[in-house]
Amino acid sequence: MESIVFYIIALIMVTFAVMSVSSRNIMRSIVYLLFVMIGLSGVYFMLDFSFLGAVQLVVYAGGVIILYITSIMLIEKIGESMDKPKLLQQIIAAVITSLGAGVTLFAIYSYNFNMVADINNITTVEDVGFALLNYGENGYILPFEIISMLLLAAMVGAIVIAKSGKSTNSNELKN
Amino acid sequence: MILGVSIYEILTLSTIIFFIGVYGFVTRKNLIGMLMAVELILNSTALNFVAINKYLYPDLIEGGIFSLFIIAIAAAETALALAIIINLYRLVMSLNTDNLETMKN
Repeated sequence: MESIVFYIIALIMVTFAVMSVSSRNIMRSIVYLLFVMIGLSGVYFMLDFSFLGAVQLVVYAGGVIILYITSIMLIEKIGESMDKPKLLQQIIAAVITSLGAGVTLFAIYSYNFNMVADINNITTVEDVGFALLNYGENGYILPFEIISMLLLAAMVGAIVIAKSGKSTNSNELKN
Repeated sequence: MILGVSIYEILTLSTIIFFIGVYGFVTRKNLIGMLMAVELILNSTALNFVAINKYLYPDLIEGGIFSLFIIAIAAAETALALAIIINLYRLVMSLNTDNLETMKN
């Protein structure tokens, strides 16, 4: 039963990923990407990692996709379709990527993973919290703090970059 | 772990999505389209971390933690890249990579 659900989710994810990279309308392409994100969070939920699934839903499906949609609405004419890549370029890219996928899949299937059969392994929010805020052994408090500083710096940097462009543009208009 | 699904299926799924992302990154000529392909690549690697953690080392949690870090860094990267793209669009009025040859002025 669970395997059938996984195969359905995998099929949805692969189909929408292909549609997302091949659609000519950028707004449709971003909505297809949203379905890939939701399917991936479904896989996380099935792997009993509910916190990561929730983070995937909130950050990716809720945050990043909305950020993309807003910036597309700001700068792109929505109805306009993107330039079609040359057919030769498409064929070469498809051949090279399928070759790479074949090599990687061959490497995966020829390696013998010794899987640990542990069905009742559920990662709770408590486990994640203990691992993230622990400064003893196997603790991740330093990367956690660095990530928070990085997010702050990225936010300030994004504001500064977006604002500086505006001021130079208005200066050019004055001149 | 998922009942009836081995690690090979999950790694196959993540490999396929990774190379779909690479295909999109190579063929797209639009900057936002390329960034979306990078999102696909990052997501497939995060899935890899979680699958290997859950199937091979179920009593540890490091893979999930690193997936969390990947998601946080990807969010920061997206915000910065979109700010740069909006700024660039104000200067060049185009998102096509063929028109973006000038680095300064």
